[in-house]
Amino acid sequence: MWRIHKYAAGLLLVCGTAVAEAGGGDLVTASAQGEQVYARCAGCHSPDRNRAGPMHCGLLGRLSGTVEGFSYSEAMRQAEITWNTETLDAFLEDPTGYVPGTSMGISGISDAGQRQALVAWLSTLTIGSALCPPGAKP
Amino acid sequence: MKPLIKQPQSTALVTQTAQATRRKFLKQSGAVTFSGLAIAMLGGASHAHAAGTSDEAAQQDIRILNTAIAAEHEAVAAYQVGAESGLLSSEVLSVAVAFQGHHKEHVDALVKAVRSLGGTEVEPLAQYQFPVEKLKQQSDVLQFAAGLERGAVSAYAGAIPVFDNRDLAGAAASILADEAMHWAVLRHALGLDPVPGAFFS
Repeated sequence: MWRIHKYAAGLLLVCGTAVAEAGGGDLVTASAQGEQVYARCAGCHSPDRNRAGPMHCGLLGRLSGTVEGFSYSEAMRQAEITWNTETLDAFLEDPTGYVPGTSMGISGISDAGQRQALVAWLSTLTIGSALCPPGAKP
Repeated sequence: MKPLIKQPQSTALVTQTAQATRRKFLKQSGAVTFSGLAIAMLGGASHAHAAGTSDEAAQQDIRILNTAIAAEHEAVAAYQVGAESGLLSSEVLSVAVAFQGHHKEHVDALVKAVRSLGGTEVEPLAQYQFPVEKLKQQSDVLQFAAGLERGAVSAYAGAIPVFDNRDLAGAAASILADEAMHWAVLRHALGLDPVPGAFFS
């Protein structure tokens, strides 16, 4: 749960130019940069606990609006989106456009490289990984 | 993350900064004007709504506001955990309590905005999951708070362009500025560069 510090620690590199290069790197590099991008999400999200936004452990492959114990918008509950690299990329680019009525009312990440890096990092949050102990399963 | 640098100077600066902040924003007349302006902007959302904002646009603004309220409630609770941890020096505790007070004011203003749009505000959770087992020393608490504040800056930065009501966007910007000041003070207390860059999103 304490990993939120780690995201804060990466803030120095969160500015656009630093992470915009993620699109051309390999997956490992993209993932590392994605962790820095994730600092932006830390106001509402954590990997292993529900906050103002739902937890992200086990996100890839999950059906939208199904994390136990989280109160979703009606729009997200009805969206029937399976989160994968493509759907996450589209949602992160324009959350309110991709799921009108979502509670995630932010402008989205316009830089494709940053989105790719963030999705690469989110994909590492599998149940049983370092940040996602079995108890974090939704 | 660097470990906490035990710098009495930093702590003193934090205290001085917070005291100055409180003096400027809570006690001086100009501060009252600023705070009142923000609240007025939030509470004035109904005017734009009445002037022709669509129902869907208003509902979207209400959703954004409620997400912000949820995050602000969490921040209030998080600072409470920190304040009750017994890990904070008296000087840092006073800063934490002052910051918590700001978040309470944010909640109040945001709730007023939701109601002005005809919506219903979200309530705080009955219980929050915080990594309390990781709070071993003062720097842990400061780092925890800094992470929340930094995330809040991004949340408001992302929300501002999405608000249909420009008054709400302006008020959210004033809250963002407050969160950013919190973040800078906390970073300085941790011995980090308080303003590590020119741009943040």
